[in-house]
Amino acid sequence: MGPTPRLRVLAAMSGGVDSAVAAARIADAGHDVTGIHLALSANPQSYRTGARGCCTLEDARDARRAADVIGIPFYIWDMAERFHRDVVEDFVSEYAAGRTPNPCLRCNEKIKFEAVLDRALALGFDAVATGHHARLEGGVLRRSVDSGKDQSYVLGVLTREQLAHAIFPLGGSTKAEVRAEAARRGLTVADKPDSHDICFIADGDTRAFLADRLGAEEGPVVDALTGRVVGTHQGAFGFTVGQRKGLNIDRPAPDGRPRYVLSIEPVSNTVTVGPRGSLEVRSVVGERPVWNGPAPEPREPIACAVQLRAHGEVYGCRAQMSGGELHIELGSPATGVAAGQGAVLYDGDVVIGSATIASAS
Amino acid sequence: MGTAYLDHAATTPMLPEAIEAMTAQLAEVGNPSSLHAAGRRARRVVEESRETVAGALGARPSEVVFTAGGTEADNLAIKGLFWARRRPRVLIGAVEHHAVLDPARWLGDHHGADVELLDVDGQGRVHPETLRAAIARDPENVALVSVMWANNEVGTVQPIAELAEVAHEHGIPFHTDAVQAVGQLPVSFAESGVDAMTVSGHKLGGPIGVGALLLARGVDPVPVLHGGGQERDIRSGTLAAPAIAAFAAAVEAAVRRRAETAERLAALRDDLIHRVRQAVPDVILNGDPVLRLPGNAHFSFPGCEGDALLMLLDAKGVECSTGSACSAGVAQPSHVLLAMGQDVSRARGSLRFSLGHTSTEADVDRVAEVIAVVVERARRAGLG
Repeated sequence: MGPTPRLRVLAAMSGGVDSAVAAARIADAGHDVTGIHLALSANPQSYRTGARGCCTLEDARDARRAADVIGIPFYIWDMAERFHRDVVEDFVSEYAAGRTPNPCLRCNEKIKFEAVLDRALALGFDAVATGHHARLEGGVLRRSVDSGKDQSYVLGVLTREQLAHAIFPLGGSTKAEVRAEAARRGLTVADKPDSHDICFIADGDTRAFLADRLGAEEGPVVDALTGRVVGTHQGAFGFTVGQRKGLNIDRPAPDGRPRYVLSIEPVSNTVTVGPRGSLEVRSVVGERPVWNGPAPEPREPIACAVQLRAHGEVYGCRAQMSGGELHIELGSPATGVAAGQGAVLYDGDVVIGSATIASAS
Repeated sequence: MGTAYLDHAATTPMLPEAIEAMTAQLAEVGNPSSLHAAGRRARRVVEESRETVAGALGARPSEVVFTAGGTEADNLAIKGLFWARRRPRVLIGAVEHHAVLDPARWLGDHHGADVELLDVDGQGRVHPETLRAAIARDPENVALVSVMWANNEVGTVQPIAELAEVAHEHGIPFHTDAVQAVGQLPVSFAESGVDAMTVSGHKLGGPIGVGALLLARGVDPVPVLHGGGQERDIRSGTLAAPAIAAFAAAVEAAVRRRAETAERLAALRDDLIHRVRQAVPDVILNGDPVLRLPGNAHFSFPGCEGDALLMLLDAKGVECSTGSACSAGVAQPSHVLLAMGQDVSRARGSLRFSLGHTSTEADVDRVAEVIAVVVERARRAGLG
């Protein structure tokens, strides 16, 4: 590879260690880097509460401080309206429709690599860099070398066009290496805890967050084997397929086995539960497919692997396009497959495409 | 690549006189309140500074209360006069700086104040009739009136003497934040008739962290800071002799050179406006075209976001401001422009260029060179 051209790069800086090191590496590589922090909440909390959010004043300050240390200009971009509409409202309406959305995936698709990228390109930037743990080489998205921290799944929805303007400088490093590098660079965020939970639900209580917005309404919990009501719940939206805890079943199941959520029916506000075996699916149908890998959209069924949720297991499968939908036949049964999640296809560690799970059986 | 610093209304470089006065004092010991020789020496520096400030601003030395800056002086005036007067009504201009607006709102939220914003016209001016009508609704219950001398965003100059006279018809104390005015406009505390006036060091070539509240005889706000009883018991805290000496030197120099500076800046500013208009024909100049601060040029660029303009200009070495308030750095549309009747998108697409004593034709050239391409690019990015 010859010398890389000097690019104008917009580095999205959350205030965490990953995006700070990512920005520093791009600057070191000789590119013209500008740091931005996305303000995602109209009412940022003034300090950390419980789980770490990505929209606190403290994070904005940490991001600004990291930019100072790196020596790059830094600005705050107000994306609160877009984020609320495309991520938060989408999150709530997806749950209301009985699906289980992944807001991080949605944020990458609609905010970081749509709203931010479009604005960046219009303003004369060439690319957007983030601190995601994934490799991107020649437009091909691959898992991070740190399999425990790999984030290729939440980037799997990006189109080739979006990936063409993305830079992920951290994919070749482990999280431990990134932290050590941050400390070496004098970035004070080096030992800041990882973010885990949904950034806009500061206390981590998703069910309460949804109940606030959708209203609690009592409904039945029905056992699929007997068809009988075995308990009540305060809103079907609070459940996820495959969930075992918090089902509030007031009698033992006929077979004496633990119960899992099999399906959620928002119209009748019914949660159906059953034994683990009933949870197993072998085929998955995905909508809104994206083919972003090295090969074009396949005309024939292809053998590959699929990941059906963040940090989830990977299954061997055969995938095929049919009528605009992606049909996936799993090599071994999967459990806890929820509509609304992403199905990301891999060839080894290379992302080849994705779709949003519409149904599974 | 040099930069064009066009944000003097945010802060302006220290004048050589101020740096000299400050550095001369930094090595000296002495608390101005101490009774021994070292204390007396420091006291003398403070009192001479007080006389200098008073002389330059048309006040008596006893009317000068040193503070740690403009925000503190505004807080002392608004809260202190409200508490001293024990009446609920607080009348302030709708385009005041947050250092006036926010203490007033805080009094409304926590101390039962009845805060009324005085409407401004399309250029940001408070008309004396507006104030007269507001007072007339219940004159007995007005604690104070506060209207700034000149607006920090759009530069519009207020008819301060007339407004003060209206307040005095009912014996109501009148405060003005003259932070942007001193050094740019003729400012005389006595002639203006105001009862309280805020001045800040770093807006006129002095250091950051020092300022003054000028208080006419008999105007006694309740203190905000309690402690050692300095400054007539109105403002406790050890007097910062080096900062005060530098502040006084800056006030003296800025006022002495004011006419010449103002003329030079107004010419540069008019050239800037002319060349920005040439480059961007649909640009809108905000504020009064004539009765404005000589160093102020404030524009709206239709179809642009001020933040995008600022970032692109910064990358090209032009340093200016969107003049908007920040919370976590997120730009809110300017309350000043909204009060002037502008819509949110025009308010969001605005930029302030403010010139000061170090500004040159080269700064204007730099803006003229880059503004067209920057505006075009920001327009492509749209209003987000």
